[in-house]
Amino acid sequence: MSTTVSRADTDGPPPGGVGRRLSARSIVIWVAVALVGAVSWTVLALARGESVSALWILFAALCSYAIAYRFYARFIAYKALRVDDRRATPAERLQNGRDFDVTDRRVLFGHHFAAIAGAGPLVGPVLAAQMGYLPGTIWIVVGVIFAGAVQDMVVMFFSMRRNGKSLGQMVREEIGIVGGIAALIAVFAIMILILAVLALIVVNALAESPWGVFSIALTIPIALFMGVYLRVLRPGRVLEATGIGVVLLLLAIVGGGWIEGTELAEALTLSKEWLVLALVVYGFVASVLPVWLLLTPRDYLSTFMKIGVIVLLAIGLLIARPVIQADAISQFAVAGTGPVFAGSLFPFVFITIACGALSGFHALISSGTTPKMVAKESQVRLIGYGGMLMESFVAISALIAAVVIDQGLYYAMNAPAGATGGTPETAAAFVNGLGFDTTAQDLAAASAAIQEETLVSRTGGAPTLAVGIAQILSTAFGGGGAAFWYHFAIMFEALFILTAVDAGTRVGRFMLQDTIGNVWKKFGDLSWRPGTIIASAVVVGLWGSMLYIGVTDPLGGVNQLFPLFGIANQLLAGIALTLATVLMIKHGKLKYAWITAVPLAWALTTTLTASFQKVFSSDPRVGYFTQRQLYADALANGEVLAPAQDVGQMEQVITNSTVNGVLQAAFALLTLVVLANAVVVIARAIRARGPVPTTEEPAVPSNIVEPSGLFATPEEKAAIAEQERLVGAGARGHGTFTQEGPPR
Amino acid sequence: MSAAGTVREITGRAWRGVCWYLREFSGEARWDDYLRHCAEHGHEPMSRREFERRRADAIERNPVSRCC
Repeated sequence: MSTTVSRADTDGPPPGGVGRRLSARSIVIWVAVALVGAVSWTVLALARGESVSALWILFAALCSYAIAYRFYARFIAYKALRVDDRRATPAERLQNGRDFDVTDRRVLFGHHFAAIAGAGPLVGPVLAAQMGYLPGTIWIVVGVIFAGAVQDMVVMFFSMRRNGKSLGQMVREEIGIVGGIAALIAVFAIMILILAVLALIVVNALAESPWGVFSIALTIPIALFMGVYLRVLRPGRVLEATGIGVVLLLLAIVGGGWIEGTELAEALTLSKEWLVLALVVYGFVASVLPVWLLLTPRDYLSTFMKIGVIVLLAIGLLIARPVIQADAISQFAVAGTGPVFAGSLFPFVFITIACGALSGFHALISSGTTPKMVAKESQVRLIGYGGMLMESFVAISALIAAVVIDQGLYYAMNAPAGATGGTPETAAAFVNGLGFDTTAQDLAAASAAIQEETLVSRTGGAPTLAVGIAQILSTAFGGGGAAFWYHFAIMFEALFILTAVDAGTRVGRFMLQDTIGNVWKKFGDLSWRPGTIIASAVVVGLWGSMLYIGVTDPLGGVNQLFPLFGIANQLLAGIALTLATVLMIKHGKLKYAWITAVPLAWALTTTLTASFQKVFSSDPRVGYFTQRQLYADALANGEVLAPAQDVGQMEQVITNSTVNGVLQAAFALLTLVVLANAVVVIARAIRARGPVPTTEEPAVPSNIVEPSGLFATPEEKAAIAEQERLVGAGARGHGTFTQEGPPR
Repeated sequence: MSAAGTVREITGRAWRGVCWYLREFSGEARWDDYLRHCAEHGHEPMSRREFERRRADAIERNPVSRCC
């Protein structure tokens, strides 16, 4: 480990970036963008009672992103971080054609986006729609600009200056061993929880849906075929194989419609418990199989599907121009009595929408993989900040899909079965009781339109989102087809959730083997089969049992587990922002520490308030231990409390709320340990009055010339031409392979 | 240049751009890079099958995390 004091900071400002005056043309453009944004926000905020187009949400978000990217991200990159394109990045210095590899900024942007975007930004906003459209929209946009995108970019920058060290390594080396161990445990635990919650969403979307199960099950043979194709038949022809895969996938979706009423459909009508078993077996097998056979081809499929659907949805929105059905701020925002999840707007909206606004999990990808491939330091703005803006855009699209569907249907779908009673009649009565119009016939018609048995209590967010997407796309492209689009959307979500589940199981397995390998060397050897199998079984067993708890929870798994997941994810963001703030101060940038300290303070306020309420609240709908007490007392008196139906379910509620409460408290404590350790380090650094030694790698001059942003400026084009003239074409970074093997 | 010629040139450039991006994004272009590298240094390139096998082995050891 080398220990240096940052050099570039004392060398005068790096060239480029800040300080140039805006031309008259850009002033006109940016004033126009600001005006459109301001008008959109005004319409959203002031509209009451009249019909509002959902496009206002879209424009408000896009204009805000553009301004934030142009001005705030630039300020952070050039003024605060002082990105310096004269310094060689680790990709250039350590190029080995595998993990360290100079990658075109646009290609890396795509890879980074594909790695950070998943089901999180799609599900959170759907659930948070119960608070109305405004709180979710504001948090997604403001949160990403000042917290989420800042975290991703700053963590990526600091990791890049340290040869792509992981979040856990940086916490251990820059904050301390206590904080490091706490962070390591937190990361592992949060990963397990994320896998369980993601799998729960898939289970809820596929249960009792033969069409969905049929299409999703077929993705496995399709991926296997692609794997064999790429390995044996035509090695390396990824685009060909993916093209074939996508066509087969679409056939699988269409084919699901044909099996209705057949014996096959009956066989594929699976209960949640069977689906849990299927997922656990699948997760285990996928994590021990060689990656080329299943994981890699599935990843190609899900990545292309992901990007395709996002583009399709954006076009669909522009054509369909749907009208918002939800209130700006719903009755549940203040009362905290919403059926989708309990608790009031503050803090729970900020917990429910994690990915899309601020996601701690991104810090794991922004440190480690991506920074080892960045060509120029200034590109962290495009890849880190820009990538997260893109994810936020996905979250906004999901929010729109949830607020343009009939709100009676929304609540019938998202309230747990214990509340709706599970039939259209009881669900309609329940929803009418909340003050929304719907009838049993309406609910039955809605499910018939998409050829599903029922839509009542299809919790988890995925079915609601699919209904919204189906409505938008079938309006935009005409010809009905709602059933196709619904199952298309379900397939798209399930596909990349399954990719996240098998990739996550694998990463968890590596983490476990690595950690135990410190004590028991043999176990850390990745080629030792028994170790691989035991570690995989442990990881799958952990998320599988959490999943089982969620699926069988009489109170409704999603509304119990999703807050836990959201809080854990944001607490991880708290750890990442703590690290970022410590590094800002250690590098002598105390003046700019607010850039990460303010979002840190906000994240801690919301998550610790939420954690406190989840642990100590006297409202049994919110506080896990009060809930436990309520059911334990009732059980002692021989009573059965609804929605539990027998003594067994009563005991289940007691166990589940205990487990959830303990986990909740443990996550909060781990974060506080990291924070306490950080405060000591910060105090020491401030007393030193200036930069203190860090593990930053010393500066080495760069020989690569590459543009910073998405498009090359005329100056950058001239600089590239000049470089090519000097060193000859083809020498710009690419193709310096070592003899050990080919690039990844 | 005629208007049709300009349109053809612009679509041609866009199409080549998309193809370039897809090949780079999917990793197919790595093979082209490798061949160019071998040509520059006068190495005998390995077979495509062997090359892709080594790439897959590298991915095997370096799992890429997928986020929520």
